[in-house]
Amino acid sequence: MEGVKEVVFLSGKGGAGKTSILGGIYSLMNGKKAVVDCDVDAANLFLILGGQVKEEKPFYGSKKAEIKRDKCKECGLCKDICSFGAINEFLMVDPILCEGCGSCFVFCPHSAVSLEEKRAGTIYIGETKRGDLFLYAELFPGEENSGKLVQALREEARKRAKEMGFSLILMDGSPGIGCPVISSVAGVDLMIALCEPQSSSIHDLLRLLELSEHFRIKTALLINKSDVNPWLSEKLKRIAEEKGLPLLGEIPYDPLINEAQREGKTIVEYSRDSKSSKALQRVYERFSKILEELR
Amino acid sequence: MRIAFASGKGGTGKTTLAVNMAYLFSLSGFKVEFLDLDVEEPDGHIFLKPQIESIVPVKVFIPLFDKERCTFCQKCVQACSFYAIFMLGKDILLFQELCHSCKLCLRICEEKAIKEGEREVGVVRIGKADSSLSFIEGRLNVREPRPMPVIEAVKSHCKGGDVQIIDAPPGTACPFVRSVYDSDFVVLVTEPTPFGLHDLEKCVSFLKSIKRPFGLVINKERGKFPPLEEYVSQNQILVLGRIQEDLRIAKALSEGKILLNELPEYRVHFEEIFSNLKRAIHGRS
Repeated sequence: MEGVKEVVFLSGKGGAGKTSILGGIYSLMNGKKAVVDCDVDAANLFLILGGQVKEEKPFYGSKKAEIKRDKCKECGLCKDICSFGAINEFLMVDPILCEGCGSCFVFCPHSAVSLEEKRAGTIYIGETKRGDLFLYAELFPGEENSGKLVQALREEARKRAKEMGFSLILMDGSPGIGCPVISSVAGVDLMIALCEPQSSSIHDLLRLLELSEHFRIKTALLINKSDVNPWLSEKLKRIAEEKGLPLLGEIPYDPLINEAQREGKTIVEYSRDSKSSKALQRVYERFSKILEELR
Repeated sequence: MRIAFASGKGGTGKTTLAVNMAYLFSLSGFKVEFLDLDVEEPDGHIFLKPQIESIVPVKVFIPLFDKERCTFCQKCVQACSFYAIFMLGKDILLFQELCHSCKLCLRICEEKAIKEGEREVGVVRIGKADSSLSFIEGRLNVREPRPMPVIEAVKSHCKGGDVQIIDAPPGTACPFVRSVYDSDFVVLVTEPTPFGLHDLEKCVSFLKSIKRPFGLVINKERGKFPPLEEYVSQNQILVLGRIQEDLRIAKALSEGKILLNELPEYRVHFEEIFSNLKRAIHGRS
């Protein structure tokens, strides 16, 4: 099947190394491709892929209610019907609790409520240091609709990748399994599930795999910091085998990954001979094979 | 007193700090409630190993459509801000994952063709880790996009011990905000890397905007990271303590162990953070 292929890196638990590992694999790849950071409330990939922002687009999330003092007769109906407890006894709307449903706007007998679309973040479109198309976004702190922003990013990336004739989009995801993760996993061609040999990381991976099974997403497993607990790494391999997931490989714990990050580089750019770069080379070869099979 | 542990970046050690601080509070004679609000990936139980006494489903409102009464006027469809209601000819459908349970449709329907229904989106698991350490965990059902109802349900099960310790979800979006919003104090946990610093800055800017007092724990330290030190001193951020990077810690955590017990040489570090935390809270209250 031809067309643009999307690959997303996820882990369930945060801090498993999604961004660093994606960066390393990216550095090993040839050919034009697009890279998208879908972790919109904690976007970090640009810190190691660098490059230039060429375009910014505002992102509008949900609407927020506002009570116009000059029209308000203080009947309190809005407060009573708000399902989110967002209107207090002084009839002030708390924008953090308001989900923008519009109940107060619709039912206010004095038309004293307005519903304003609020800017919730920014989409950045640019290039990596190596000149590949690079998209990421910053959701303002506390905003909802991270899923909607991920959808907007992915649409933008697909459109541009098609125009520019790329066939691959690499995506970095958020921790968790909620709204932004569901938006970044829906309809992708391949999910790389990263996991550390750690009870909590495995617990979270199993929840993530339930999600990918539901969406019938082809998934490959990658074990990071595999030597921290070899016994649990073996357990992870058994999980992969039982679930029929291809194992992309194992990457040992390597303090150089953090040093590379401090220099604003991927581990492969920083040290091609590091033990993690060597492991990534093997991972990359298996990854390429799986990508071939997707075509 | 409600203390939230948050971080922006995932995997910096929120749960580790929260669990060990919960133990230190309970050892000093406080009645402690541990609230796991990282409902997408709740991991506190792996370390606390609580005896679960009850599991309560979290249910949210959904509209039920009475097709006999419905005149297909489309009012509910147009009013729904979340595009959760869909009408196809003489069929009316709900995309339940999109529904925010605001009940606007229920109120706007003049034909009374919408009834109150409910569905389960997660569970709250309640138990005890210790005689003075209660455990309340929210667990979002897989495939559910919206963690907020489960986060709020956990809070509603609080009995109000002396101290409530919140393990917050990563990120800086609404689940993080809901978890720290009604806390008295927030402990931010970061690691000395560019990723950690970037996400820390976002958390700090939010906490400053709501004027919430907070302190910082720098975890997994391997030599000082100058940009972080600069940021901390320029913004006069209270550093509650530092914990070194140590593979023995990683190994102990990978097995779900409590560091206080497992690596006694680190006990003094946790105790220092604990006393700085108490002092910071005391100074504010």
